[in-house]
Order: sequence, then structure tokens, then C-alpha cells
Amino acid sequence: MIEVKNLVKYFPVQKGFMDALFTREKDFVKAVDDVSFKIEKGEIFGLAGESGSGKTTVGRLCVRLTPATSGEIIFEGQDITKIKGKQLRLLKRRLQITFQDPTSSLNPRMTIGNAIADALRLQNIGTRTEQRKQTEDALERVGLSPASAFYDRYPHQLSGGQRQRVIFARAFILRPAFVVTDEPVAMVDVSIRAQILNLMRDLQKELDLTYLYITHDLATARHICDRIGIMYLGKFFEIADSRAIYENALHPYTVGLMSAIPVPDPKAEKSEAIPTGEIPSPINPPPGCRFHPRCPRAFERCPKEEPELLLVEKNHWVACHLYSD
Amino acid sequence: MSLKSYVTSRVLLTIPMVFLLLTLVFVIIRVMPGDPALLHFERHVSPEVLAEFRRRLGLDLPIWQQYINYIAGLFRGDFGISMQDYSPIIQHLHARFPATLELSIYSGLFAVVFGVILGVISARKYDTTTDHSIRLLAIVTYAIPVFFLGMIFQIIFSVWLRILPSGLRFDPHYTPPPTITGLYTIDSLLTGNIWAFGISIRYLLLPSVTLGIILLGIFIRLTRTNMLETQQSDFVMSAKARGLSSFSITYRYSLKNAFLPILTMIGIQVAILLAGAVLTETTFSWPGLGTYLVDRIYHRDYTAIQGTVVFFAIMVAVVTLAVDILYAYFDPRIRL
Amino acid sequence: MTNLLQIENLSVEYKTRRGIARAVDNVFLNLEENKTLGLAGESGCGKSTLGLSIMRLVPHPGRINEGKILFNLDESLIFEGGSVEKGQIDLMQLDDNQMRAIRGRKLAYIFQDPMTSLNPLIRIGDHFTEIIQAHEEDVKKDEAINRGEEILETLGILPERITDYPHQFSGGMRQRVMIGLGIALRPRLLIADEPTTALDVIVEAQILDELATLKKQFNLSMLLITHNLGVLAQTADDIAIMYTGRVMEIAKTESLFEDPKHPYTQCLLKAVPDVRKPDKTLAWIAGAPPDLIDPIPGCMFRPRCEFAMEICATQPPPLEKLDTGQRVACYLYTKGVSKK
Ligand SMILES: Nc1ncnc2c1ncn2[C@@H]1O[C@H](COP(=O)(O)OP(=O)(O)OP(=O)(O)O)[C@@H](O)[C@H]1O
Ligand SMILES: Nc1ncnc2c1ncn2[C@@H]1O[C@H](COP(=O)(O)OP(=O)(O)OP(=O)(O)O)[C@@H](O)[C@H]1O
Ligand code: SF4
Ligand SMILES: [Mg+2]
Ligand SMILES: [Mg+2]
Repeated sequence: MIEVKNLVKYFPVQKGFMDALFTREKDFVKAVDDVSFKIEKGEIFGLAGESGSGKTTVGRLCVRLTPATSGEIIFEGQDITKIKGKQLRLLKRRLQITFQDPTSSLNPRMTIGNAIADALRLQNIGTRTEQRKQTEDALERVGLSPASAFYDRYPHQLSGGQRQRVIFARAFILRPAFVVTDEPVAMVDVSIRAQILNLMRDLQKELDLTYLYITHDLATARHICDRIGIMYLGKFFEIADSRAIYENALHPYTVGLMSAIPVPDPKAEKSEAIPTGEIPSPINPPPGCRFHPRCPRAFERCPKEEPELLLVEKNHWVACHLYSD
Repeated sequence: MSLKSYVTSRVLLTIPMVFLLLTLVFVIIRVMPGDPALLHFERHVSPEVLAEFRRRLGLDLPIWQQYINYIAGLFRGDFGISMQDYSPIIQHLHARFPATLELSIYSGLFAVVFGVILGVISARKYDTTTDHSIRLLAIVTYAIPVFFLGMIFQIIFSVWLRILPSGLRFDPHYTPPPTITGLYTIDSLLTGNIWAFGISIRYLLLPSVTLGIILLGIFIRLTRTNMLETQQSDFVMSAKARGLSSFSITYRYSLKNAFLPILTMIGIQVAILLAGAVLTETTFSWPGLGTYLVDRIYHRDYTAIQGTVVFFAIMVAVVTLAVDILYAYFDPRIRL
Repeated sequence: MTNLLQIENLSVEYKTRRGIARAVDNVFLNLEENKTLGLAGESGCGKSTLGLSIMRLVPHPGRINEGKILFNLDESLIFEGGSVEKGQIDLMQLDDNQMRAIRGRKLAYIFQDPMTSLNPLIRIGDHFTEIIQAHEEDVKKDEAINRGEEILETLGILPERITDYPHQFSGGMRQRVMIGLGIALRPRLLIADEPTTALDVIVEAQILDELATLKKQFNLSMLLITHNLGVLAQTADDIAIMYTGRVMEIAKTESLFEDPKHPYTQCLLKAVPDVRKPDKTLAWIAGAPPDLIDPIPGCMFRPRCEFAMEICATQPPPLEKLDTGQRVACYLYTKGVSKK
């Protein structure tokens, strides 16, 4: 469905005018540093990792919101990193993204009905009445019914969960084929998270969708993802079926990440060693394996050589020297 | 980035900006309809006189030559010569600048000091009658035209009460203090002449208070909103939770943090301050750059107008630069 | 065991343009010496408001309407222009100066967002000097800085970084500084309001660990506010579950997880994911909490509750102690109420 090959995204670091004048070398935030992965049709692919690991950037690259520094993204047989003009506009209908913060991604002065219909208007789809009809259908579909009661409300008149539904309605109304959802439940209360995830599943079946599901919360990812990729400082460390990630995590980082998640069970024994330190700067990531300064199992080879993402078990890719022979 | 390299880069960036401004002034004066020379004389003059006039002012040269002369002149501190008497404009600017500077300093001081004090009171008494009255005052002073307020003051203090002069900078019966800085209040103090100091203050009072009041509203509102914002900020909340006294929270936290936006505002306000100064000066016959400019406009003295406007433009650029540098000095987040 | 903190009948209201929102409604809570009490509930249920009420720092336009906040003060405090006697005192009766002497010294508060909780214009060291000198006037600056350095060191931050400004620190380090400032004067009670919500899981786990160590080291009692029940399972001795400003259930941590009584607690636990049991089916609670400005009569959970009875629409159910030790505010457990 979508295949990413050697994708790279560097953001130039804002520097002073003088520094820019006198130093030739530019610094870059290596937000996404040469990643390759594939998402199959009808799949929900999870992308997890700590803040700043580059998850959102990968998502934005996949829907052409940000131009890539280099690399290819093959969607429906075409490299979409090079598409321009009218074709790009048509393509954008098929690729949608929902943003991290449901509150700030809705205009507070626009009724939610208008906010959704706006997506149709921008693409010149249908007449006014058709647009209204489609918008009401979309509201019903995401469970905001009766639609007429919601159409003219403003975002502040909705709860967090309802706002998230509006965002889905807006993303799905153009009937996309591939949707990136960036932390859709991070701002939603636990008590209704599962409901939102279920809605995502239902929509997927109904509309025949493929998802890239971005999250930093591995505890909920299991409930929706078919496969999960773990990112760290712009690199993939591990990609596997989600069952394998939970039951047979191989990369020391994934293991650490899992053991750090609080367990809602007072009897659970204290988790093993939690990685020390914090995620370093993506401007000058550590040499060799980017995780080696924090890794409990690092050995001589780790700071010297960057491990490649290798297939070590069936459908299970890991980038770690412990598994590289 | 260190503070030093920030300052250098900021200074270097100011140069093209000033250049652009200078060019803009030059172009605007040239594209105005009509021949400046003809317009200057108003009535008919002989072609010979006109030719001589053009030659002395350099208006007979091609435009690009004029432009080069103009820029080159500015670099030497030459602002051109006046159409009226061919006197160097820089002389007039030099003679009148201290008056404008003195007025600006005192009115700016008035506006900042009272604006900040009232703003602090208003924020501390949030949502009370005091707060509402101060806010009303801020709106009213912002809306009053300078000359109207100036006239009212003249009527009250000069005509009715007869306690303050209605215009000029110094009592015409006495000689002003010798020029050291050109600011009468400072010069009289430097020479130990208390008498002259008193006179200059008397003459300064009405114009600077008038201009100060006009600017007051901006500073009240700015201080108030920024104080309120910082007061509600998380770090003030956590300072309170650590048991710091409300004095240190108001002054060390709210005010100090509100100071940065106020500083920026001062930078933005220079232009308004100068515009206000022009109007105030004419209202009070204050012998500064403002009255000079108005006088030159009245005489259609285009070269002098150009020189004065350029001078104002450079002033604004320099003050903005100074404010930016101060800002960087005070905000650790900028000097990374 | 003595109660360090005892809250009785506390109510807090926000007067907003739309009407009055009762964010804390008739709350009773006890916190024993050297224990950690967890306070959990959905966003907007009044957790922070309750925490801030203890500090008497409810922000405008909020006001504590009624109630007692009894605090067991272990030593008399004398300060310029006043004093507070030791023993059990009602914080609601103290004047501003007395309250200020207690804040920071006996009660510490850690806010959710470490990125905005430090003054960006002053150095880390000055934050330490400030709080130490605010309470111990005769301490010299050097000594205060030394103490700050020691504290930073115990929190795993290089002491020489005390001269840095907050923006030079990462989120985790700033939260450590906040904790360091919190414990600088060895307070009795540390109120931590979502101390790790803004941080990544790994840093969260590190900080929760450090908090637990500090708690032992300094004999702290803690009120840990969070919406994450997982965090409380590992750290709290007792847990109070709040909903729409009311306490729904208070229980020992084990019994709350093993045998939740209140229908709301039961639903909440079914909705919490668990990495160790990835196959657990997650449930959800349909609907949303009622608007605090337009509260419904009776039990506020009624519209979302599967056991709702007629009586539930009459009066708010009182918080009653069961034989098994939990306290629950639900008519299902009130004797003499006929269940449908
Ligand atoms: N527009 C941009 N300009 C410069 N740097 C950027 C930009 N967008 C992202 N970055 C940097 O790229 C890195 C990756 O950011 P990204 O937002 O993709 O991370 P993320 O994994 O989504 O994190 P989070 O969990 O916090 O959302 C970060 O270091 C970030 O600061
Ligand atoms: N300054 C305020 N003005 C008006 N209402 C407020 C104010 N602060 C809080 N409230 C209201 O009081 C209620 C309780 O808020 P509070 O912040 O205590 O909740 P919380 O449980 O801490 O939520 P969260 O988990 O989101 O931090 C909310 O419904 C909120 O709308
Ligand atoms: S490569 Fe080495 S440092 Fe990196 S995760 Fe594997 S063991 Fe740890
Ligand atoms: Mg992101
Ligand atoms: Mg809160």
C-alpha cells in the first residue's frame, strides 16, 4: 500500500546571522534519518517512541505535508515525493492526517459542521446542499448523532472525546485510502479511549482504510495496531507484529520502554532496570548505535558501528548488534 | 549564540534596513508631483534665478547622481542644504535636536513611570473599581488628540491660573545655560545654576506632561496585561507555593517578567513618540525638530524636509536597535 | 496512626460567566503520616483544585466556600510579624502571613508542567536561594547555593549546573529541579500534581522512583495527583477516586484494584490498559461527566451508571465506610436501600 524507502528529513537549525556567515557547516535536526518500512493495505501500523523521536515527522512526510530531504514514498505505485500541482491536490484527498491536539486543530470560531464541510469546499466537491448532507452523514458515522444537534455547535461546546470525533469526521469525509492519526487518544480521558479506538476500527472496516497510528503510549497501541515500529532519534529500532513486540521484544530499548510503563496492578513486581538518562539531542546523535549511552547491554561494538535494521525472526526486524550475526 | 555575536549580527542587519529607509525617503520626495524648485518659490521667478537655484542645490544633476551625492553626503554627516538660505541642514538639526530629545526623555519617563505604576496597581487590584477606573483612564488618554490636551492645559495653567508658561523652552528675558549636552535641565545642573534649572523645568512641565499622558495609556495597558499574564503563569503559582512574599512575587517575578514586553513596546513606540513630539512641539512652540519640520513644510523647503525625515528615520532605527540589544541582554533565552 | 492532614467538608467554587461551578464538593479526606495518598479521576474532576485548596492557592475566580483543612504541624513557626503554634491547626483559619510561612516549608507543591513552572529569567541557583531565604532569613546566599547543589546532586544533576537558566535544562531535569525546590526545606507534606504527565515514560519511571526514595529519606507524606491509575498502583498506599468534584471511593491500593466497589471505579479499571496483559479487552464509559455549572440532582455518575436506581436521583449518596474498610459514595452499599 505504502512503501517508504530510505526516507530522510533534516531540519536546518536556526542559527545566528553571524554564525551562518562565518561557518560553512550547517547543523541539522536529524528528525528522520534514513528509515524504510512498508505498510500493507488494510493494516494498522503503529509508530511508537519517546517525544522527539521523529514519529510526527514520518507521519507528515507520508501525507506530503512536509517535503522529504531525500528518499522515496511509494503510494499506489507512484513516488509521491515528486508529485506536484493538480495531481498533488487530488493525491491529498487520498492521504489524510489528524493532528496531535484536537483542541488546537479546530478553529474556535467555526462551527464544527462548517469545519468539516470546509474540507469538501476546498476540494470543490458537490453543491452546498450535498456538502451539508455529506457532513451530516459523517457526523452520524463518528457517533455524533443526531447530526443536526451538533452541526452548528462550536468546538468549546464539545467534550474532548467529541472533538476527537469531529477531527475524524473531517479526515474521513474525503474518503481517503490512507490516514495518519497522530496521537488520537493522548488528550482523551482513559474512560473513553477504548471507545475512540473502536470507532477507528469501525471506520477502517467501513471505508476500507489503511492507518499509520502514531503514539507514545505502548499500553493502548496493542489494542489497535497490527504491527508496531519503535523509533528512537529518527531511526527504527524494531518492527514486528504487535503481539511479538509485547511478548517477545528484542531490542534493549523496546524492553526498557515496556518496563517503564506503569502497570495498573499493585502486586506486579517492580520492573527491571529502567534505562538511565534522557533522549539526547537529535542534532548530534551519539555515534554507532544511538542508544548505546543509555543501553544496559551495550558492548564494545555499539559505539563504533551503527547497527542495521535486520530481519532476525519471521516478520521481526531489529537494529541492534546483539542480534546482528 | 553569544550575546556578542547577537549584537554584531543585529548591528549588521540594521545597516541594510537604514539604507532602505534612506532610499525610500529619497524616492518619495522625488516622485511627489510638481517640480520642487518651482513649488518652493510659489510665484514666478526668472529662469536664471531658477537655474542658479537648481545648480546650488544640485537639482540639475541626473537622478542617479543626486542619489549618490545624497548617500555619500549622509555618510559624511551632510544632510544637504536648505532651499531657503542654503544653510547646511545639519546645523539646524544639531541646534534643535537637544530640545526634542529633552522633551522626549521627560515625556517618555513620565509615561513609563506612571504607566508602570498605574499598570501594577491595576493588575494587583484586578477586577475592582480601582482597576476599572485606571483602565478607563488608559483608554481616554490614548484617544485624546495631543493638541487638544495641550490647549486645555494651556488654558488651565497659563491663562486661568497663570502659573506655567504656555510655550517656548526658556524664559526669553534670561539667557539659557551654556551648551554642554544641549539639554537645559542637565546643563543648568552641571553648571550649578539652580535658577536656570527651575526655569527649564517650568517650561518643560506642560509639554512633557501632555505628551507623557498621550503615551501613558499604552504603558498602563501593557503593564497590566503582562502583569496579569505572569501572575497567572505557572512559575508565579509555584513561587507562591514555595511561600515567597507577595512583594517579591510582584516585583521580582511579575514586574521583571512583564518588563521585557514593555521594553519591546518602548522600541515600537519611538516612532509614535517622535510623531507625538512633532505635534506637541507645535502646540507649545517648542523649538525642536518638530517645529522645524512643520516650519520647513510650510515653506516648501523640500531639501530640509528630506534631511529632517532622514534624521528621524535614523533615530528610530538606532533606538530600535538599542532596545533589541537590551532585550537580548535581559532575556537569557535569546543569548543561548 | 496520626493524621497529618485531615480535610473535612471542603467545597470550592469557581464563579464563571456562565454560572457557578462547584469543582470540589463536600470532600472528606485523611492522609496519614508517612503515607502516600493517590488522588485520581478524569480531567476536570477537581483534583488540582483540591490540591491547591490545601495550599490555599485556588486561583481567581475560585473560592473555598466552606470546610476545614486540619494539618498537624510538628513545630511552632516564628517569623517576622507572627507565628504559628505547633499541633493540629486549621489552615483555613490562618492569615496570609502564617500561610506563607507554612507554604514551601511544611507544605510543598509540584506542578504538572515543568517547562513553565520555573521563572525563565532567573538562574536555577537563585530559585534555591529565594525559597531558602524566604523561610530562613539569616541564611547567606553562598550557603543557600551550597544546599541547592547538594540537592541537585541527590537528584542526579551535576551541581555545577546550578548557574544555568531553566531553558538550558530538559523537561525531566526541570521536573527534578521542581522536586528539589519542593524538598529543599524538608516539608512534611508534598503535593505532586501530575508530576510526570508531561514527561516520557522512561523519565516518568525514573522520577517516580526518585520520589519514592526521597519520601523514605525525608519521612515525607505525599498527595499524588494523577489521572493515571497505573502510576498509583506502584506508589500509593491509599487511593481516592474523584468524579465531578466528589470523592466516590477511598480504599487501600490493593483492595481498590482487586475489589473496586464504586461502579465508577469498576468501569475505570476496566478501561485502563495494561502492557503486561495486552489481550485485556478495554471497556469504556459511554457519555461524558455532567457539566459542573449545571449539576444533576443525586449521584453525578447516574447517567453513565448501569446500576442506577430511583433513589440515585434524589440526594448525593454519602461517603460511607463499609465493613471491608473502603469508603464508598454509592447507594448500592447503603443499608436498607432496595436494589432493583
Ligand atoms: N518544523 C520543524 N523545524 C525544526 N525542527 C523540527 C520541526 N519539526 C520537528 N522538528 C524536530 O524534529 C524532531 C522530531 O520531531 P517530531 O515532532 O517528529 O517528534 P515526535 O516523535 O512526533 O515527538 P512527540 O512525541 O513530542 O510528538 C524533534 O527534535 C523536533 O524538535
Ligand atoms: N480558573 C478557573 N475558572 C473557572 N473554572 C475553573 C478554573 N479552574 C478550574 N475550573 C473548573 O473546575 C473544575 C476542576 O478543575 P481542576 O483543574 O481542579 O480539574 P483536574 O481534575 O485537575 O483536571 P485535569 O486532570 O485536567 O488537570 C473543572 O471543571 C474546571 O472547568
Ligand atoms: S546495539 Fe548495543 S547499545 Fe544499541 S540497543 Fe543493542 S545492545 Fe544496546
Ligand atoms: Mg508528535
Ligand atoms: Mg489538574
